[in-house]
Amino acid sequence: MIQALAFYLFAIVVIVSGAMTISSRNPVHSVMWLILAFFNAAGLMVIVGAEFIAMLLVIVYVGAVAVLFLFVVMMLDIEVASIRAGVARYAAIGLALAVALAAEMMIALGAWSAGKIDLTRRIAPVDATVPNIQAMGNLLYTRYLFVFEGAGLVLLVAMIGAIVLTHRDRSGARYQNIARQNARRPQDATRNVKPEIGQGVQL
Amino acid sequence: MSYAANLAMTLPELVLGLGAIALMLVAAWGGQQSTRAVSIASVFVLAGACVALAGPASSGGAAFDGLYRADAFAAFAKVLIYVASAVAIIMAPDFFRRTAGDDLKPEYPVLILLSACGMGIMVSAADLLTLYVGLELQSLAAYVLASFMRRDTRSAEAGLKYFVLGALASGILLYGISLVYGFTGTTLFDGIAGAYAATPMSGEAKSLGLLFGLVFIFAGLAFKLAAVPFHMWTPDVYQGAPTPVTAFFASAPKVAAIGLATRVAIEAMGSATDQWRQIVIFAALASIVLGAVAAIGQSNVKRLLAYSSINNVGFALVGLACGTPEGVSGVLTYMVIYIVMTLGSFLVVLQMRDETGEPVESIASLSGLSRTRPGLAAALAIFMFSLAGIPPLFGFWAKFAVFDAAVKAGLFPLAAVGIAASVIGAYYYLRIVKTMYFDDPAPAFPRSENKVEGGLIALSAVFVSPLGYLLIPALGVWTTAAAKALF
Repeated sequence: MIQALAFYLFAIVVIVSGAMTISSRNPVHSVMWLILAFFNAAGLMVIVGAEFIAMLLVIVYVGAVAVLFLFVVMMLDIEVASIRAGVARYAAIGLALAVALAAEMMIALGAWSAGKIDLTRRIAPVDATVPNIQAMGNLLYTRYLFVFEGAGLVLLVAMIGAIVLTHRDRSGARYQNIARQNARRPQDATRNVKPEIGQGVQL
Repeated sequence: MSYAANLAMTLPELVLGLGAIALMLVAAWGGQQSTRAVSIASVFVLAGACVALAGPASSGGAAFDGLYRADAFAAFAKVLIYVASAVAIIMAPDFFRRTAGDDLKPEYPVLILLSACGMGIMVSAADLLTLYVGLELQSLAAYVLASFMRRDTRSAEAGLKYFVLGALASGILLYGISLVYGFTGTTLFDGIAGAYAATPMSGEAKSLGLLFGLVFIFAGLAFKLAAVPFHMWTPDVYQGAPTPVTAFFASAPKVAAIGLATRVAIEAMGSATDQWRQIVIFAALASIVLGAVAAIGQSNVKRLLAYSSINNVGFALVGLACGTPEGVSGVLTYMVIYIVMTLGSFLVVLQMRDETGEPVESIASLSGLSRTRPGLAAALAIFMFSLAGIPPLFGFWAKFAVFDAAVKAGLFPLAAVGIAASVIGAYYYLRIVKTMYFDDPAPAFPRSENKVEGGLIALSAVFVSPLGYLLIPALGVWTTAAAKALF
């Protein structure tokens, strides 16, 4: 009972916030609605027992991707009116994509109910009593430890590469020197003058 | 098996990985001044990794539940990879110092170390996951290295092209991997071999999924090997990348990719030999012919060497197409000799510079080199004759080894066409020799004060000269032992 209630709650909020994401006038609001959609999708994942995916959704999508979106949206000066103007122009393409997507879903559903291709020589049988985070951790840190560490090295290379290719020392830049600022005394920096009328000041 | 035993088998990768991380910290704090120290230390780390191969890393067998294989084949390929990587580090400082614009940064040797680590993982991979992670580690470092000269637009272009096309190749490979995994239910090479052996590959009951997976995996690997028809990126990337990086691309990653392809072909898909042989034969012949024909019109020496590398990969694939122990040992022999010839040629290219010290790359600037720099001209002539496979030189033995294996495996048409096409290839190698010896002298290249590079050129010239034949008995024993590890 409670599961059904929770499911309908999460599902309705996902659909509503999804609709609001594409229809809200302010792009910042769109991103906020998107975050709400992610959270509720995570709730749905918890209900089906995929708590690892739920955590991924919250940590990766909400924590990183959506925040990045928010930054980008806030940096860009987006004119909603000009985007709206394009809707009519691209309606046909959008509709075609939607039809293709719907058709694919039908085909997938049909194939699924017709039976599956034989893909079932699993090396890691799923044990229903083990939570999937624990099952995944067991594999990642024992059997696949070497590959896992290798993937870590790949990320390290990506980081080094990004820094090597973009970082440069700006020799002409003027950095703030706080010590010098603090050491500066009023009598060195300012001077009291009383200019004659019409004479101006000597700088 | 305990963790210690597993780790002992992966010792070379541990040495390289930890060494690279430690040197990266040195580079981060030491900045530009630490370049020299980091470079020297990197060469020692590579030497350390070679030493680490002596123990269980070359004879231990399967590590990490079969994900990684430490055998003689992997060890042989790793020695080649580490030596080529070390040479790429050694030849860099002089080039970057002379070239206006970007200085050598300490990240260069660090990235080469990480790339070498990835290549080690590639040749030891006994699982599709390990294969992919190793390949990505190698490729990602290579993309950065290709665009290392940030102020040079051609270098940036090379990096971008390499990155986009390399990502496409990874996508193709991953698609193949996903098909194979889906239809066999395992990513382990042993399991895949079992599934391929159990499924008929032709006739009514053939598994299209397995066949498509095989085709996509070989297409992805051919991309990394730069074999025709997946070679288009090679000339642009080789021309645009800084010369030491080009030398690196033409040597170590080729060994790693061909080692990987050999292991996948023999260990994972050995029972589908008839299926992948068609692909390999086509790639081999197309590479040999296109590499030879397209090189004729080139005027840039780096572009020419790029086509030469395509051509040579074709010859190495002839050995793989046999699918026999002799074929694999022929491939390894070919790679040893090819690496020395290629690194030697690139070391000579590094000496090509005008009076201001800027590098020149046109073949015309080599005119009359025999009169201005006779030693250099003789060395380049030896490399060119050897690449052309002309008998008294060691390059002939490389071609002989693969064609001998092809004939023994009964692939007569492949051997015949390959030998005929190698004659076309000889034309452009000999054209360089003719330019150096019979044309009017162009302005002389200034003499290099770098003793190490001169020494390396002399060493590789001696190796590919007829004196190299003295190594044949030892080389034969090693390559046979390495090839036997796969069967």
